[in-house]
Amino acid sequence: MSVDIFERSQPKPANADIDQSRRTFLKVSAAAGGGFMLALSTACATVGDATDGAVAGAAEPTPAAPPLDLNAFVAISPSGAIRIMAKNPEIGQGIKTMLPMLIAEELDADWSKVQIEQADADRARYDFQIAGGSFATPNHWVPHRQVGAAARSMLMQAAAQSWGVPVDELSTGPSVVLHKASGKSATYGELAEAAAMIPAPDKAAMAKLALKDPKTYRIIGKDVKNWDSPRIVRGEPIFGIDTVVPGMKYAALEKCPVFAGKVVSANVDEIKALPGVTDCFIVRGQTDNLMGLLDGVAILADDWWTAKEARKKLKVVWDEGATAAQSTNSLAARARELAAAKPETWLAPRGAEDGAGEKAAAAAQARLNDAAQVVEASYSYPFLAHAPLEPQNCTAHVKDDGSIEIWAPTQNPAQGIGMVTAATGVAADKITVHMVRCGGGFGRRLSNDYMVEAAAISKQAGNIPVKLVWTREDDIQHDPYRPGGWHHFKAGLDKAGKFTALTNHFISFGENGRTAPSANMSPEEFPHGYIPAAAYGQSLMPIGIPTGPLRAPVSNAVSFCYQSFLDEVALAAGKDPLDLRLELLSGPMADANEPGAGKEGFSAKRMSAVLKELRARSGWDNRASLPKGVGMGCAFYFSHRGHFAHVAKVKVEQNGNWRVHKVWVVADVGAHIINPTNAHNQCEGSVIDGIGEMMQQITYEKGRAVQSNFFDMPLIRMNQAPEIDVHFLITDYAPTGLGEPALPPTLPAVANAIFAATGKRIRDLPVNNADLRWA
Amino acid sequence: MAFTLNVNGKTHTVDVPGEMPLLWVLRDKIGMMGTKFGCGVGSCGACTVQIDGEVARGCLTPVSSAVGKRIMTIEGVGETPVGQAVQKAWLDVDVLQCGYCQAGQIVAATTLLSKTPKPTDAQIDTAMSGNACRCATYKRIRAAIKTAAGLPAADTREV
Repeated sequence: MSVDIFERSQPKPANADIDQSRRTFLKVSAAAGGGFMLALSTACATVGDATDGAVAGAAEPTPAAPPLDLNAFVAISPSGAIRIMAKNPEIGQGIKTMLPMLIAEELDADWSKVQIEQADADRARYDFQIAGGSFATPNHWVPHRQVGAAARSMLMQAAAQSWGVPVDELSTGPSVVLHKASGKSATYGELAEAAAMIPAPDKAAMAKLALKDPKTYRIIGKDVKNWDSPRIVRGEPIFGIDTVVPGMKYAALEKCPVFAGKVVSANVDEIKALPGVTDCFIVRGQTDNLMGLLDGVAILADDWWTAKEARKKLKVVWDEGATAAQSTNSLAARARELAAAKPETWLAPRGAEDGAGEKAAAAAQARLNDAAQVVEASYSYPFLAHAPLEPQNCTAHVKDDGSIEIWAPTQNPAQGIGMVTAATGVAADKITVHMVRCGGGFGRRLSNDYMVEAAAISKQAGNIPVKLVWTREDDIQHDPYRPGGWHHFKAGLDKAGKFTALTNHFISFGENGRTAPSANMSPEEFPHGYIPAAAYGQSLMPIGIPTGPLRAPVSNAVSFCYQSFLDEVALAAGKDPLDLRLELLSGPMADANEPGAGKEGFSAKRMSAVLKELRARSGWDNRASLPKGVGMGCAFYFSHRGHFAHVAKVKVEQNGNWRVHKVWVVADVGAHIINPTNAHNQCEGSVIDGIGEMMQQITYEKGRAVQSNFFDMPLIRMNQAPEIDVHFLITDYAPTGLGEPALPPTLPAVANAIFAATGKRIRDLPVNNADLRWA
Repeated sequence: MAFTLNVNGKTHTVDVPGEMPLLWVLRDKIGMMGTKFGCGVGSCGACTVQIDGEVARGCLTPVSSAVGKRIMTIEGVGETPVGQAVQKAWLDVDVLQCGYCQAGQIVAATTLLSKTPKPTDAQIDTAMSGNACRCATYKRIRAAIKTAAGLPAADTREV
């Protein structure tokens, strides 16, 4: 068997060399009076995400972040091996590879000597550890490079002391300190022990450390392949679901199909008597919310299949609760009633004066009254499930010594630890969470319901280790769904065809003026601020269905409605849809809004540049030559600090079958594409994911999700995936994240292309509800 | 009941119910975790294994039906030149994002190339459409298959 292809890139699973060096480091540090602490409080999460409350709430900074321990990030062994810890959860966004690149660059490390290790959840050492909001790049771009620079400066000082030369005469090459005047050099490995004696720079000194001239980057901007690929292509057990703990039992958990229903009774004794079943009990929920530890019946066995099969014999009497009569039809009927009435509220930006929304609405209405032409259309989109391919799972061991050890694929360990504390009474500092690689996230694993379930089952089973695995049906029917919604637009055009006013009545979910998670929208949604008058009203209905952030939350739905309707407005005005967008982005109002008065730094100038490049790359101006049934559509969207615009080319057959043939993506995410291979991969995946979302829906009957697996909630497949061209504009701005922002423009670009191909406007998703046949 | 299985050329004997799916025998009884659980209904392809040279879904294959057959899993893919070429192409093209589906994708691709060394894009579509990638790395999966086959990586479908 040949494994030579792996030799270069294969990390050693548990590196004794590194472990030894770490002990040396720590011992020496202690001898030096603990001088290895870095007073680095710039940690992370300083940017709030206005587009989604759930994520922003989880990622808000603490006022006094603790100092970070350099050992938490970097260890260098006498052999020269460099261990860099990856602090954030890996869900497929490539962060385990990318964050260490930032440290390695400023450390001036020889990348071939770097070994990356996943950190455990550790608030004291790492502050926020979260995969959400595309935060990781903007929040670590400076602090992580400073960590690398600090370690490099300590290695240089060690060399300076050893050689008796001033430190400013020294330079570094890949993993080596050099003194040009004398010709001396020493490798990082040779300097490691002495460097551990050097006091770490304090906060002020950290900020003054010189960072590299980007022109000299050797790692940032180069393709660095996914760190775990060699292990994954060999099938090594590195995902959450692969966790094995000695003595563990496998668990399945039956919950009420109506969200948060309660167990009245269950035939647990009958189940316990089944062959292979080791235990069965009722788990009592500890929340009145729709997510968290809910009522259920747990079955434990010596293998998971036996536990799952025993569920077929389970007889549970449920109290289904107040939402057992709810359905997609009843929600839609209520949405129609709300749409027929005036909006409950008119949205206004945070901090606006009282009545600002109403005032804007009156101004917009006045302009609609005066308009030469009013364009009116209603849009809707369904609920969606996240469905990461690795089903929800968690291995937990509540121990007799009062501690808990957890192996969880999670995007947000702190939220899970909080729930586990609430459910078990064990303090957070007694709970260890190993952040095992996630088989996809998409926002689903920001909710840690499966984590608290596993801990509760382990405790109730008598403090034995338990691996809980959900079925796919559990996953699709117990998701914090992307909420559906309805948008009712009116646009005013004046005699010259100028877009003068826009109103929207947004029908969504929530109570008492508060939207359900991810059921909100921005009061400043484009073209607000870029046309003379725009006002968005909102009416809410209560919902008994859990909702939450799905990749590019809110944006993934609102983009479809707004950027599709903008196409309708352009065509009504007799304008090229891309021209209208450029016109809105380049008028006097756009200038007044620079540099980015809109949400999170939206810049009309940056977006205009993106659109102009897109026009050229996609051959937009040649689209009149396309045959009937083939169309191109464009859209732009700003989310997660990224400026993105797409053109989609779609072919619709006469029988109505359609396929996206190609998507052109142009983006501005700042000055550096840190890891280009992964940046392109994220954009390609986001585009295809967006197309897939156009074909999916979750509906409800009798209070429960109708769809249950991939045969009725289909995942997009290879034969449906288009060719994709991704291009990044390089600008002077600090780099921002790529896990999400390439998704939102996809849906309206494709919908607009379908219109161009057929003359049929997609106003309601999923697309497949529409009759796209043409003659 | 005892069943003797030939997995990647090695013999394993397990004592399980005959209807227990091969997926769970591999994962929970033999301890080979490379084959993944995704849907349990043969819809996503995460559990793809090769049985007597053909693609099979481990979640739908009762262990009793696999006795006496040659089972190849992701852990055994690297034992053939074709499988090695596929693994290498996956690394060279830097295919994966989360990586969870890729064991199934690699087994399916290896099976395709074992039978059809120079597949067309249409043949790739047909052979691979049973394997879902939720991260949607399809462009790179296609490129990696072609790279392993020694073909130009470009997509030749209609654009």
